[in-house]
Amino acid sequence: MSDDQIPKDYKESLIHLEYQYTAGSATTTFLNQVKEGRLVGQACPKCKAVYVPPRGSCPRDGIATSIEVPLTDKGCIESFTVVHIPIPGNPIVPPYVCAMIRLDQADISFLHLVQDIEIDQIRIGMRVQAVWKPKDEWTHSLENIKWFAPIDEPDVDVSTLRFKPS
Amino acid sequence: MKKVAVVGYAQHKILPNAGALNEVELIMPVVHKVFKDLGISQDDIGFTCSGSCDYLQGAAFAFVEGLSAIQTSPPIKESHVEMDAAWALYESMLKIKMGDADTALIYGFGKSSPGNLDSIISLQMDPYYISPLWPDRISLAALQAQILLQKKIITHDEMMATVIEARNNAANNPNALLTDDISEDLYRADSLISSPLRGFDCPPISDGASAMVIASEDKAFDFTDNPIWIEGIDHSIESSNLGSRDLATSPTIQTAIDNLKLENINFDVAELHTQFSHEVPFLRKLLNLSNIPTNLSGGPLVGNVMMCAGLDAIGKTFQSLANDQLDHGLAHASSGPCLQHNMVVHLERHK
Amino acid sequence: MIQAGVIGVGQTNYDSKRRDVSMAGLVREAIDKAMLAADIEWDAVDAVILGKAPDMFEGVVMPELYLADAIGAVGKPVLRVHTAGSVGGSTAVIAASHVCSGQFKTVLTVTFEKQSESNATWALSPRYPYSPHINAGAGGYFAPFIREYIRRHKPPEHIGWKVAAKDRQNALKNPLAHLQIPGIDEKMVSDTPMLWEPLRYLESCPSSDGACAMVITSKDTVGPRKVAWIKGMAVRSEGTLSAGRDEVNPQGGIDCAKDIYQQAGILNPREEIDCAEIYVPFSWYEPMWLENLGFCELGEGWKLTEQGATALNGDMPINMSGGVLSSNPIGASGMIRFGEAALQVMGLAEDHQIKDAKIAMGHAYGGAAQFFAMWIVSSSPD
Repeated sequence: MSDDQIPKDYKESLIHLEYQYTAGSATTTFLNQVKEGRLVGQACPKCKAVYVPPRGSCPRDGIATSIEVPLTDKGCIESFTVVHIPIPGNPIVPPYVCAMIRLDQADISFLHLVQDIEIDQIRIGMRVQAVWKPKDEWTHSLENIKWFAPIDEPDVDVSTLRFKPS
Repeated sequence: MKKVAVVGYAQHKILPNAGALNEVELIMPVVHKVFKDLGISQDDIGFTCSGSCDYLQGAAFAFVEGLSAIQTSPPIKESHVEMDAAWALYESMLKIKMGDADTALIYGFGKSSPGNLDSIISLQMDPYYISPLWPDRISLAALQAQILLQKKIITHDEMMATVIEARNNAANNPNALLTDDISEDLYRADSLISSPLRGFDCPPISDGASAMVIASEDKAFDFTDNPIWIEGIDHSIESSNLGSRDLATSPTIQTAIDNLKLENINFDVAELHTQFSHEVPFLRKLLNLSNIPTNLSGGPLVGNVMMCAGLDAIGKTFQSLANDQLDHGLAHASSGPCLQHNMVVHLERHK
Repeated sequence: MIQAGVIGVGQTNYDSKRRDVSMAGLVREAIDKAMLAADIEWDAVDAVILGKAPDMFEGVVMPELYLADAIGAVGKPVLRVHTAGSVGGSTAVIAASHVCSGQFKTVLTVTFEKQSESNATWALSPRYPYSPHINAGAGGYFAPFIREYIRRHKPPEHIGWKVAAKDRQNALKNPLAHLQIPGIDEKMVSDTPMLWEPLRYLESCPSSDGACAMVITSKDTVGPRKVAWIKGMAVRSEGTLSAGRDEVNPQGGIDCAKDIYQQAGILNPREEIDCAEIYVPFSWYEPMWLENLGFCELGEGWKLTEQGATALNGDMPINMSGGVLSSNPIGASGMIRFGEAALQVMGLAEDHQIKDAKIAMGHAYGGAAQFFAMWIVSSSPD
């Protein structure tokens, strides 16, 4: 056999690394509130943008977000997609809806699931509200919210959602 | 070709474990400090470059988190090296020299406490032959230490003296992680980790961040009366194959000496990115620094933020020249096992 | 600023698994081709600039250390750039900056990804314990923005299929391309399973192994060689979760493009640029980027695609090589765009050559559509 016909051998060499991840102060504060069933964003003292979940900094201005802003668990769908492939390690069954949820008064969206509605009925701008797990199942995680479900309120014009500094 | 100067530098207190502070919370204070010292903001910065390591952080694309610490509205000219921030400085310097910017912000960050640094560094080796054996960074360094001792290029006493001096110097460095004095008896009683290296011969696990601002000759005096000029900067790398290297020498350091004509300079001070005690007398001999105050900050032996320590050597040299009115400083940054990749910087106070 | 040009481009065959070579072998394959094309020997290389995406794709930390020998960097300066998906492009920009700074005459730059060594899906799905794990892959992240583009401008459904078919048809003329799908057409694309609405399987990029290398030199050292002169180059970054970002039409992309047009003296990109290689990993990004880059007004990008303007025989050919949709070694994809643009103006693009191409654009983006790197190359230095 010539060189390029001989099959090359390979072997899997596993790498196992353990890390202790740090959420950081802002995320820690946020998750402590989520454990109590509350969604609290943080605002930038300069441009006043409200971030949820807060990461501790406003990337517009490069300063710490210091102002706590209690938020409701209602908002709208800024955009969404219907996912047809499973998530590795997650029991959810496709097709499912992954949406960018813009909570009222927040200036960024975050990714979460949308359910309790026929998939072909979902629209950009639709009003939704969080559906929480039972209180005794609450932990330090946004997974306390099972998904967002539609509520009977008029759609939002998403072009009005774009943040402008005051 | 424009000259470039270091005009500002700030370092986070080096922590054994930053605890709940994430990378953004480490970077923001040092960037704000250097901006405040200079009376500037991101609007005055033409180019931004950072150094960090995804594997250290524990996730692919993790370096992107660091950018949240910076003002990015409007969008900024920005880049990133997956290396010590000393190389982010190098890239930034090139951008200034080509005229793409007049000023640059450099930042580095690293938390070694969350992961297993030994395992992570083992993955720097040849993935097919060497990494599966998981050689740790201390054992690799020990190989070089052993050779240097056997060839009598350095002595055990020099290693001990380095460790003791580092702690003495750390007393003057408010950011140092380790400041307790070490006596000769205490050193000798310390057990070996990988012969000939004891615990004290190795750097502490450290978390931190640093930031630096550099400027072209057109702008430097807008920021400070005391810019410290990068007179010369050179770096090169050796083979990854330890067996093919002569670990008793450093061709890359010699290249820097030749290219930067360092033999002709009377240095006043030096800061070396020497993570292990044996590296100090080794490099001091190569660089002719044996009579020159070296690692006045204590060096990496008293605080070693991965991806920052090289930038810190340059920053500490800058501070020495600026604060103590000294003229010539030598800074060294390194990467890879047994000083594989080396950068040498000649800083000068007068243009 | 010293003027610089590309004198050689080298690319590997792109494939899902290049099991026939090690990482060192992969990069060397591209490097050897680039140096042969550039007609230089190792003594001419003053520095080596390596770029790639996250190290988790191969399981090697800081691979410039391990690869120092393979990339010919021993005894020379080496830098390793990492700017997520745009890295291939930003590496080219940094490499050229080495020359433009006046510090180096000739540099070798190489980018690669050997994703088959590790698990690309895993590496693209970082799992933080304090964030809900709804991550649905890169397509899942970008699909909502595509949906918003569709909501804003109401294009017909088939635009995405048209882009996907066109790029793979182009790939059939590029023997190096990973995906070779003879007979591909819009219907074949629309018949494939839906992944993340509206993106179907064949509207998404493959996962590839591969490397791309270039030799860049200063005007003084070019000699009688064919050159792709760098007329403009720039990078821009935005914060990931910055309030006010428009990820459908990111400001970073707009600003970066304006910067290179200004550098290159281009007033009307649609008229003055002969062809472009832009980073389209999911079909709908072609019309979105056409608008973002100022080739047309907002809302008109899909019309350019529909009219066939972006086809090989159109008046604004895009992704003649097959693009990211046909080959996607993540760390190299950006440099492949930059390198293919260079090949066009050097007249070396073989079967996918655009006749008389004199000015071409290379474009790369990465992260959450937040990192941009672009350049304009020309067959003429002036």
